[in-house]
Amino acid sequence: MRKLLLQSLAQMSLTEPAPQVDDAALAEVGAALAQTARRRLGRSLSIREVDAGSCNGCELEIHALGNAYYDLERFGLRFVASPRHADVLLVTGPVTKNMRMALERTYDATPNPKWVIAAGDCSRDGGCFAGSYAVVGGVSAVVPVDLHIPGCPPPPLEILRGLLALLQATATAKA
Amino acid sequence: MAGLTELLRKRDMAASHRPWPRVVVTAEVWNETVAALAGGQWQLLGLWGEPDRIHMALRDEADETIGVITLDCPARRYPSVGLHHPPALRLERAARDLFGLEPVGLPDVRGWLDHGNWDVKYPLAATPDPTPIDKTYVFLPIEGDGLHQIPVGPVHAGIIEPGHFRFTANGETVVRLEQRLGYVHKGIDGLMTGATLDAASKLAGRTSGDSTVAYGFAFARAVEAALGVEAPPRGAHLRGLMAELERIANHLGDFGAICNDASFALIQAHCAVLREKVLRASQTAFGHRLMRDRIVPGGVAADIGTDGIGAIRALLTDIKALFPALVELYDNTASLQDRTVTTGTVKAHLVRQYAPGGVIGRASGRAFDVRKNLAYAPYDKLALDMPVLEAGDVNARVWIRIREIEQSLSLIAQLLDDLPPGALRIDLPLATAPCEGMALVEGFRGDILVWLRLDAGDRIARCHLRDPSWFQWPLLEAAIEDNIVADFPLCNKSFNCSYSGHDL
Repeated sequence: MRKLLLQSLAQMSLTEPAPQVDDAALAEVGAALAQTARRRLGRSLSIREVDAGSCNGCELEIHALGNAYYDLERFGLRFVASPRHADVLLVTGPVTKNMRMALERTYDATPNPKWVIAAGDCSRDGGCFAGSYAVVGGVSAVVPVDLHIPGCPPPPLEILRGLLALLQATATAKA
Repeated sequence: MAGLTELLRKRDMAASHRPWPRVVVTAEVWNETVAALAGGQWQLLGLWGEPDRIHMALRDEADETIGVITLDCPARRYPSVGLHHPPALRLERAARDLFGLEPVGLPDVRGWLDHGNWDVKYPLAATPDPTPIDKTYVFLPIEGDGLHQIPVGPVHAGIIEPGHFRFTANGETVVRLEQRLGYVHKGIDGLMTGATLDAASKLAGRTSGDSTVAYGFAFARAVEAALGVEAPPRGAHLRGLMAELERIANHLGDFGAICNDASFALIQAHCAVLREKVLRASQTAFGHRLMRDRIVPGGVAADIGTDGIGAIRALLTDIKALFPALVELYDNTASLQDRTVTTGTVKAHLVRQYAPGGVIGRASGRAFDVRKNLAYAPYDKLALDMPVLEAGDVNARVWIRIREIEQSLSLIAQLLDDLPPGALRIDLPLATAPCEGMALVEGFRGDILVWLRLDAGDRIARCHLRDPSWFQWPLLEAAIEDNIVADFPLCNKSFNCSYSGHDL
């Protein structure tokens, strides 16, 4: 173990520079924030991830945000275990009828002000699952959505870009 | 009862079911088959419905025979398999929810995939019933002094899929775990019906995101079986390459996550870096980190370039340089072994009964790997060892994953050394008459079964995808018994069953 730790100390950091924020995403979030209660959130945002019917592909890429290459926490962003500790709900999947109530309850349990980010193509309109007897549709059919990150699944950098856009917009909104 | 070959030989055989036979049987033969399953003679590979019939896929281990038997049930009733052979229980509940096929005698009358939230009951029946089922769900009764219950989910604390676990504990010791699944049921069986091959292939690749390659592979092979064609050699090789990259990525993720659930974050951090390297090499080689939609019926969608081959070779060098130190660390950390050894043991008799695929079976003495036992292209020409352990605990499941990562590295090297030139895919012939195909493909979780019928033309008449998790989830309920609540995440991670693949 000592050897591994020493090697890690000696080698260069794997972490990549922060991605540029997508202008479109920034505009989208900015508009959403303008209408929201402006509270001093600082640079810290707590995220609660909710799988509302996803195939698990988006979860894999969200998970990857924690690895040394993306190191999400350096931006003051972190995933929390309870919606009661969350500022942001990061929702994936087409919302299944069996998950609708759980998503609504999670949203209701999240204190204001709060933002909802829908990640993945299915989360916009149900994707290839739209029209099924078991699927409600996109996330916005159940809870209000502030930002959508496209992709099947969106790669970690795209998710990071969306989250940073939210952070930047929050910072602008409070200034 | 005689062997499965015997049973399949004399009956009313479906004309175009490939590569294994499907026979229509009488209720009497159905019952004899159930008895043979219950007696441990054969293994259940799957059970699925159509509006007026029920199918069951079987394996006879003795001579490695596979077959499907079908019982016509115009009155939508059939003798329950689950009554005598518990592995069929949840499959029967699911078939009832979707088609209204009643397993006569099945003691469990509760919905499984249907939670009472759909607009109709029996959505895939010839005529769905407009009154949804009751939303009430009664968990199994618990009696005894000093017991308490812990309900968990469907929304879990981590970044994982949703499902409900109902623990009953006596102090710290789990007396019973009851799972309730179906939360991410998207109706894939229903969406498949009438879909074009292209749309259906995309749906198959989105059944379980971590196994998108394996599902695409299995679906493509089932279509090819139905049409009586094979992917060209280069296409088959690239499929193998993707499948092994996917296996390594997932096994690395699981190895790290299991250690993390025992609070040993160092291995997790290194495994996550290695996993990321696999995904990046996959992106370079195949244009997508998870290699989604790269396998298509007839072959593969895109070729690998020299930069892709270089990226994968560099990846092999990286993993071979870094991985052994992590394995050594796992092996030499007593505090970690203290958590994994003898934890969450799956008992041998349950493994014989449920015949679970993948790591869970092979860590408990079940020597079954589709790549080996029913080898398909490209594995029929590759050297592969199947690691098998007997202990059946979390530790054994960790070691099987470690050994399989090593095997996959060897397979990838073999595939790269011998990449045949030629076409990537063939043009599929149009089916002139309805035809049926079935495929078994080894995903990182175990054997994925795809069964389908094509209409004349290129549309799916019926397609059923059976995730390996169907026969693994119930064993997790058994494995956690008499363990402490705090060891559940560890046990759960060491199983890593799919929710989406199971819920469909």
